[in-house]
Amino acid sequence: MHKELDQNVAGVEREELEASGSLGVRAVLGASWAVFVKDLRTELRTRYAINVLVLFAACAAVAVSLGVGFIGLRRTDEALLIQATLLWIALLFAALNGLSRGFVQEEETRTMAALRLAAPPLAVYLGKFLLNVLLLAVLEAITSLLFIVLVRVQVGSPLALIGTLAAGGLSLATATTILAAIIARASFKSALFAVLAFPLIVPPLIVAIQSTAAALGSGGLPQAVPALQFLGAYSVATFVASLLLFRFVWEA
Amino acid sequence: MSGQPALCNPTSRTPPGRVCEHHPGFQFLCYNRQVETRLTVEGVAATYGARRVFADVSLELSGGEVLVVSGANGSGKSTFLRLLAGLQRPEAGQIVYRCGGQALDPRDAARLIGWVAPDLMLYRELTGRENLRFFAEVRRLHLDDGAIEALLERVGLAGRGDERLATYSSGMAQRLRYAYALLHHPPVLLLDEPGLTLDERGTAVVERVIAEQRRSGIVVVATNDPRELRYGDLLLRLGT
Repeated sequence: MHKELDQNVAGVEREELEASGSLGVRAVLGASWAVFVKDLRTELRTRYAINVLVLFAACAAVAVSLGVGFIGLRRTDEALLIQATLLWIALLFAALNGLSRGFVQEEETRTMAALRLAAPPLAVYLGKFLLNVLLLAVLEAITSLLFIVLVRVQVGSPLALIGTLAAGGLSLATATTILAAIIARASFKSALFAVLAFPLIVPPLIVAIQSTAAALGSGGLPQAVPALQFLGAYSVATFVASLLLFRFVWEA
Repeated sequence: MSGQPALCNPTSRTPPGRVCEHHPGFQFLCYNRQVETRLTVEGVAATYGARRVFADVSLELSGGEVLVVSGANGSGKSTFLRLLAGLQRPEAGQIVYRCGGQALDPRDAARLIGWVAPDLMLYRELTGRENLRFFAEVRRLHLDDGAIEALLERVGLAGRGDERLATYSSGMAQRLRYAYALLHHPPVLLLDEPGLTLDERGTAVVERVIAEQRRSGIVVVATNDPRELRYGDLLLRLGT
């Protein structure tokens, strides 16, 4: 009986070893989706991050429209650059305030240990990353619409703007997700998050601002391609580095 | 090997070459193989800042044994269990889990463990059932509603699974911790203050869980409650 059992189990081991690549990926993706769904469900019930993101975006758009609303009517290069800068500043600060919640909340509610014992580290990272991408997409949609309506920003090339927002948002999400994991157990989380985020986020931010200014003006999609390539490469590099780094951050 | 594990038998439940539907992945390869799990602690020490909590703790446990860890407040009972769970690294020494004589990677060893402790928190915004389903999914266990209901019933939460954890009493939350810990049929159960906030029925659940676990698995209980000392075959006193 035991001999038969061992033979069968050994068969499974061999099969698992041979197919470990695809099995492992499927398992991690399944667990990642579970983490994403859990976080989304929790977020929809508490609405903590969404409230922070939307309120920040709305405040920024209203403040800009009341303070320098005339800037939206001007079509000079400087005015377009200022419009793009204001848009990305609003996005950046909202993201810095809301996107670290994923990991910080696990630490503050002390659910981190339960998750560490049960979930593969990579699944935790991917699940949190997916939620940040979703939140950032919602944030970008709301902020852009508010800027268009309240600041009367005119968009020369909607396609280039959407591409830049998507690529820039992805850059922000990759950078903020791994930073949130790093600072989750630190004492001064917000301050540390801002300090660490600054050098990591400034390069893609500058490129995104310039590309957005071009998209608001007469620049079409071809003109935005170099910026999109840079932002895409930045996102891929940060994402891959995060995948390699996360296990050490998670198990530290 | 001590005792016969009360687990599903892969040869009768799954075709050869397939992962068991109830215990896919690691459990199937190790625990359900019906080989003995052993825990070896060698010269382990822990510190809090500059203060050394305990040092040079060595012991060996195998399936069917129950260890009770006792000691004054601050003697390091909870820390010792966190070390065993892999949630903290020892200052010195090592902790090794072996299945069938083969030492496991610490990352895999975490999947052998069921951990119940006062500082184990589950998701307050989710219901009891949602919590268990989530942890089953990330552990890659395919549990249907019936299996989760059976688990809830086992810990005395039958009919309360659809209430949010935030509305649970402290005793109900403790019972849900047991359900979380037992979800994957772990061969090693670590119980820190197992009877915390539990009523008589809850205490009976703990006794039943320990009795079932000791048929094949390892149990480590950290407690100061004299009534809980009786759970153990072995006693480790810290801070003496």
